[in-house]
Amino acid sequence: MELKSLIQRSEFAWEVPQTGAMRVPGILFADRALVEAMDEKVREQVINVAKLPGIVAASYAMPDAHWGYGFPIGGVAAFDPDAGGVISAGGVGFDISCGVRCLLTGLTVGEVEAVGHELADRLFAKIPAGVGSTGAIRLSAAEMDAMLEGGARWAVERGWGRGEDLFRIEEDGCVAGADPAAVSAQAKQRQRDEMGTLGSGNHYLEVQRVVEIFDHEAAVAFGLKQDEVVVSIHCGSRGLGHQIGTDYLREMAIAAPGFALALPDRELACAPLSSPLGKRYLGAMRAGINCALANRQILTHLTREVFGEFFPGHDLPLLYDVSHNTCKEEIHTVAGEKRRLFVHRKGATRAFGPGHPELPPEYRAVGQPVLIGGSMGTASWVLAGAAGTEERAFGSACHGAGRAMSRNEATRRFSGRKIVAELAARGVLIRSPSLRGVAEEAPFAYKDVGSVVEAAHRAGLARKVARLAPLVCVKG
Amino acid sequence: MKWETFEHDADVGVRGLGATKAEAFAACAMALTAVITDPTKVGGFEAARIECAAPDDELLLLDWLNALIYEMATRKLLFSRFTVSIEHHRLTATAWGEPIDVARHQPAAEIKGASFCELKVEHLPDGQWLAQCVVDV
Repeated sequence: MELKSLIQRSEFAWEVPQTGAMRVPGILFADRALVEAMDEKVREQVINVAKLPGIVAASYAMPDAHWGYGFPIGGVAAFDPDAGGVISAGGVGFDISCGVRCLLTGLTVGEVEAVGHELADRLFAKIPAGVGSTGAIRLSAAEMDAMLEGGARWAVERGWGRGEDLFRIEEDGCVAGADPAAVSAQAKQRQRDEMGTLGSGNHYLEVQRVVEIFDHEAAVAFGLKQDEVVVSIHCGSRGLGHQIGTDYLREMAIAAPGFALALPDRELACAPLSSPLGKRYLGAMRAGINCALANRQILTHLTREVFGEFFPGHDLPLLYDVSHNTCKEEIHTVAGEKRRLFVHRKGATRAFGPGHPELPPEYRAVGQPVLIGGSMGTASWVLAGAAGTEERAFGSACHGAGRAMSRNEATRRFSGRKIVAELAARGVLIRSPSLRGVAEEAPFAYKDVGSVVEAAHRAGLARKVARLAPLVCVKG
Repeated sequence: MKWETFEHDADVGVRGLGATKAEAFAACAMALTAVITDPTKVGGFEAARIECAAPDDELLLLDWLNALIYEMATRKLLFSRFTVSIEHHRLTATAWGEPIDVARHQPAAEIKGASFCELKVEHLPDGQWLAQCVVDV
């Protein structure tokens, strides 16, 4: 991206000036190198989002922003329903509530490494992963609707988890206002045998070592200890969420002229929050979030069962569960006034700072855990929402590294078999049904997650708490 | 008929070229399979009948690809042969393929949906038809 088109506001904040049809400016949170590496399309998309009706304060891009569909991936934008604000299916994306949850094991690296290969094999056998994989759960129509309304709470009530898990999930594991009737029969059919499945692409289950602690107070609050082991699960709402995205992107694109929405780009398909279509999408999208929360809850249960075989008595409490790809109704203070806003976070994580009333009491003093996923062989991170982040970007932070290289390029340059062998030599055990999938997700195909995290930390979005390194990676 | 996948920051583009619009749509479907696996490894005679209609060619392409994605997802199939006919923004087609065999097909990533990104259906100056878009993986 050309720096001359931006106004540098600080070392880690760059303004895209408000011009033409933009209703607000754009703000990119990143250091100079990250901004220069961003595609020009990111600026274009930040500008396009800034043109949408009802947008409040600014159109934001996180340090890992890259070219998406309509909204940039790493884009954050809040809309006021009382000011003609819109909701955009493209601003949430296909993988509704794709996210990360982290489980504490209380085990040392030595204890886990002693059973490394067997543990990796059992996790791979137990966790359905990859294209075409199916779970063991089949839901009746009534149960499907109950799951879409209940999220992780539904899963816990059915025995996949424990009550205390719910308090460590955004919105206590269940987003209110989900409308199963707004979810198409096709979306439900697509989910029929995908409950409790990991998916493919960049989704994974990783057993990780806490390599370094940066913020001891937050680490103590989160239960993280140097050289102990955690498990991170990265996946989303599976076929149901994908189909909701497909259904409503199309419907919004067709309906846009009727709302007199002059979209700068058809990818920005959206509908007024006050319209029946906007409300219907909101209900369907919330059902999608609940599906993702239920899915990650079931995968948590399966993971605990495997660990129970090796380490009886270790019940793997949940550290936290965060979602990316959401639109959430939140109260934010804008120019001294409390307003009810609909915050789109596409490829971005909610990151409420210390003192926020929605955080569990045990985390309130240090801020919300923010879980940043790595990519097979690279570090992952635990951050904490920074003080003042609500004023900076509606309480949002980055979500990962973002790709540095296309999938085609990655498969041309890397061999899946070689990557598995090289990582094994470094003590990282990969289990995947597809070597081509491993090549596409090669660690080198991604940007340096460390520089993204550093930028988020120094921009005051989220503080560094701990760096994690993989020991075992089950890859879809 | 020619197909290819093309680069996109995070995802993959699928592109088909053909002597007719229908041929370009069929070629684009082949590129869709190539996102997941090598299409030459996909045989089989399991058929999926697909019909869709849309207000314009671009939405019709989106509907066609999304219908294939739906069939792949719900029936766990991969497709490698397509017959497509298009009349007045109405498409009827049959796709033939076989169930996913993980060991043989080594499927890389499932496709979540076809997007509006880089979405184009064009009659090119050389007389060929082009059909393309980016799919989310």
